[in-house]
Amino acid sequence: MPGAKSFQVTGSPLEGFAMGKRRFAHAVLVAGVLSVFIFGPLAHGLSEAFKENIYKVGILKPIDSVLKVKVGNKAPDFILPSISGEKISLSPYQGRKNVVLSFVPAAWTPVCSDQWPGYNIIQDIFNQNHSILLGITVDNIPTLFAWTHQMGKLWFPVLSDFWPHGAVAKKYGVLRSNGVSERALFVIDKKGIIRYIDVHDINKRPPLEELVNALEKINR
Amino acid sequence: MDRRGGGEMKKRYFILLVINILLFTLGSPISAVDKPPEKGGVLPAINLSIPKSPAEKSYLGLSGEGLFKIPQIKAKVVVVEIFSMYCPYCQKDAPGINELYHAVENNPDLKDKIKIIGIGAGNSPFEVGVFKKTYGIPFPLFGDKDFTVHKMVGEVRTPYFMVVKINEDGTHLIVHSQLGDYPGAGPFLERVLNTSGLK
Repeated sequence: MPGAKSFQVTGSPLEGFAMGKRRFAHAVLVAGVLSVFIFGPLAHGLSEAFKENIYKVGILKPIDSVLKVKVGNKAPDFILPSISGEKISLSPYQGRKNVVLSFVPAAWTPVCSDQWPGYNIIQDIFNQNHSILLGITVDNIPTLFAWTHQMGKLWFPVLSDFWPHGAVAKKYGVLRSNGVSERALFVIDKKGIIRYIDVHDINKRPPLEELVNALEKINR
Repeated sequence: MDRRGGGEMKKRYFILLVINILLFTLGSPISAVDKPPEKGGVLPAINLSIPKSPAEKSYLGLSGEGLFKIPQIKAKVVVVEIFSMYCPYCQKDAPGINELYHAVENNPDLKDKIKIIGIGAGNSPFEVGVFKKTYGIPFPLFGDKDFTVHKMVGEVRTPYFMVVKINEDGTHLIVHSQLGDYPGAGPFLERVLNTSGLK
């Protein structure tokens, strides 16, 4: 393998220099390819509602966890505190409503801040599809309270999976290695069965139409 | 290494350089600009799809299909709002901007002179449709799912307003721009009239 020669210390100095240049040239090419992905078209909108309070996280590894559930499985139950003070669990919705779990990675970050405000204006679509939305992050209650306050009054419960840290996210297999959750959507039907999963690229907002299609599909 | 080997190496570097330049230019066809269009400037070359709805087509004075540029709208002034259905302030301001539309449309002196459009940064046509239906928005809204327009206008936060004066010769000028801070239909219309010289 010609490239391997450059690692040998027995070659002539000139040969070593030439190989070094070659390695450099290859590095330049790799950097060029990576730059397209790193600086490429990964944009997000940001509402003036959050002013300068959003922490820029940069471009992250799209998905950094392994799902522990799949479509057709019984959704793992949980009980979590919400910003209203209520404890919310999944089981009371069984037989009554479909449930959408919307995990978002973290409060005060760019894409997350521009996701739930959109869901906040489509309560009618959730109602038409006999569904409730539960928003979940691994942030603590005071942080979630302050952050969601910037979004206006939310019609859906916002739950804190802070302690034991990320336990519910872990149960579903959407806890990333740095302790935040994925940007993930789970649609659970009235029987408590998972009917749709979208563990989305953390850097992008899931298109609304895909969630609405999933809701409409289970109501047909 | 002989001279021929050196020439070969140079040739290889040149090829790598060309590949990298191509990756940069073709990989990111739309580069984000640093700052938004402001007063005294002109719009970037934004291409929008001619609406399918006959009513919206007629409102903008356009015909046929395909793409158009904002200065092709048949008006003396176009108010452009960069919004998002996911933006709480855009949601809050929506009824007030509808009021602006009605104030213009109900005034025979202004009706054909001022037009309003919205461009949904990062919003798919479906998402734009949801926003339009939720707030009963009577003027045309355009999707910008891949943030193409958003990047051309400096990735502004939303809502961002631009008042564009269109001259008789087809040239145009941004006479006013503002980030958020929508003051309500009456004061904003005053601002539009004053900055565009319609008053």
